[in-house]
Amino acid sequence: MLKKPPSVVLASFRPSTYPRGYASALHSLRPCWMVFLNILILIIVCGVSSAIVLAEDQLTAPANLQVFDTPNDGGQSLTVQWAPGSLDSPDARYQVLVGDAGATDVAALKVVAEFPAHTRLVKDAKGAWWTRTAERNWHQFTIRNGKGVELKDGTAYTVTVAMFKGEERAVGPFMQATPAPNWFNWNSVNNLVLTLIFGGVVFFSIAQAKRSEIFLRRIPGLDAVDEAIGRSTELGKPILYLTGAHDMSDPSTIAAAVILGRVAKRTAAYETELLVPHRDPITMAVCQEITKQAYLEAGKPDLFKEDSNFFITSDQFSYTAAVDGIMLRKKPAANFFMGSYFAEALLLTETGASTGAIQIAGTDSDHQLPFFVTTCDYTLIGEELYAASAYLSREPVQLGTLRGQDIGKAMILSVIGIGILLATLGVATQATWPQYFLDFFKDMK
Amino acid sequence: MIFLRRQMPLLITMITGLIFAGQYYVPHPASEQLLTSATKWLQIIGGFALVLGVTSLFHVHAAKIRRKEAGWGYSVVLYAGMLGTMAVGLWANGKESVEGVSTAFGWVYNYMMVPLQGTMFAILAFFIASAAYRSFRARSREAAVLLIAAVIVMMGRVPLGEYLVPVSGDISQWILNVLNASVRRAILIGVSLGAVALSFKIIFGVERSYLGGGKE
Repeated sequence: MLKKPPSVVLASFRPSTYPRGYASALHSLRPCWMVFLNILILIIVCGVSSAIVLAEDQLTAPANLQVFDTPNDGGQSLTVQWAPGSLDSPDARYQVLVGDAGATDVAALKVVAEFPAHTRLVKDAKGAWWTRTAERNWHQFTIRNGKGVELKDGTAYTVTVAMFKGEERAVGPFMQATPAPNWFNWNSVNNLVLTLIFGGVVFFSIAQAKRSEIFLRRIPGLDAVDEAIGRSTELGKPILYLTGAHDMSDPSTIAAAVILGRVAKRTAAYETELLVPHRDPITMAVCQEITKQAYLEAGKPDLFKEDSNFFITSDQFSYTAAVDGIMLRKKPAANFFMGSYFAEALLLTETGASTGAIQIAGTDSDHQLPFFVTTCDYTLIGEELYAASAYLSREPVQLGTLRGQDIGKAMILSVIGIGILLATLGVATQATWPQYFLDFFKDMK
Repeated sequence: MIFLRRQMPLLITMITGLIFAGQYYVPHPASEQLLTSATKWLQIIGGFALVLGVTSLFHVHAAKIRRKEAGWGYSVVLYAGMLGTMAVGLWANGKESVEGVSTAFGWVYNYMMVPLQGTMFAILAFFIASAAYRSFRARSREAAVLLIAAVIVMMGRVPLGEYLVPVSGDISQWILNVLNASVRRAILIGVSLGAVALSFKIIFGVERSYLGGGKE
């Protein structure tokens, strides 16, 4: 495109190949007319050419280039930022180059990334708005160890960014930076703040509960615990209690173990046999202690059997087969399914339903809830599992926690409501400030 | 003694609970290393705890065989299976195959364990059918709503159903994406708050019943 216009101009300056005698009257006027025309074309073409050359000059190196250690990370990473350029388009591309400290020649640097010039913006990068170090429309690229380059903490590196379009390339200034690990992730500060607020609310509620009585809504599944134990006692059949698929590091298993203590206390009082098959030996050991204590508190330590809590296997379906066998052989009158469950949920509860046992389930596994709801007489849904301990004990400290959870839910509902209003307002008025509020709750890392 | 049984575990729980809650906010490699080490400790403790579990298993089934309780034959099968697997496992040095050839241990796993697990999992299909039949009988208004929703979703999820009733695909997607997803999120919010509250109670010693051993 650059070469063609001058060649056209040069061609028009060629003398005619026709003999002068063949020239018409009109043709005799040609030299001066043609000279004028050629000058005009020359002016136009020169103008266009100079405009193109001017555009070529705009392929400048990335401006305001900054290279620094990536904040809020575990190290071995550098972040590059630079201002948007006038040629940022899908046709142009950026290259990020990295080399050892002290490198002065672009040939000594290695290209670690190449991407279209309209991509990799600050607004697209991970990270909350309060940790952003540049405008949303600036470019940002994070160089990580192992992705085409080896970065070591404490070692300085030379980094630059080049813009290229076609054959031309404009290389930015060479910058040096040293990666280092950080001691706090400021991106998660909103998470910490909200957790601390929620913790404060829980402890405030506990303090309130000690001073005044707290209303607790009925949970039919927990009211039925006594009924189930009473039924087993009347029929002279055992009670089967399962603590779920997870180990003691899972809150749902801890909740199941805590409820086991309350159930065991009542089975001890009613002198009903309790069977607790386990999938995890540590959970078994913990539940043995809890059951023992429950029998002691019920004043029936002599009725406690060490084998009431027993280990079967950690394997999912082997465990299920064994528990199904226990259900079919011993025909327990009440089955409790507390904790976390997977595909075995329906295999267990459907077998239990076929034996005619009263079944109470409590789980936080939302994907298994439909199976529990369809096959069990009562189901504690989600948080009710965690509320069970408080509900059964009626201790003020425990009840206070429930109130705290309710306040937490009210806060979340308020945030959702306000968020909907602000998001709508932001879209309607094209304002950016509602986004800051939304991001505070959205960027929960 | 009471210190070792009550205060000491609570102190350990509080310190480790706070450290590992804080660990989440610290990206430094030292923090990651701490978590990795603790996970390894848990695995080692879990390995030792397995001895407890197997001892319990042997004890329970030995008592059944001794007393000739109902179904004691199954306990004999368990003993035979467990000891047999241990023997072939030790013989094969814990390897399922050597140079592409299956060992006896591998044979037990591939031709006994896997088919048995598959059988148990396959039963699920029949159990789903029987549970669905019981639940979908329109005995109440709620059950009727469940039945209608289930029929629409089933129609929308199978090619033949969508072919017969083209609109069922969109309605089914709407039920799953709007009604189902919103309720699931509500449950998850409650579960998360419950788990966080329980964690606070455990870390600060408000909830102690999981320790056993009485109140004080």
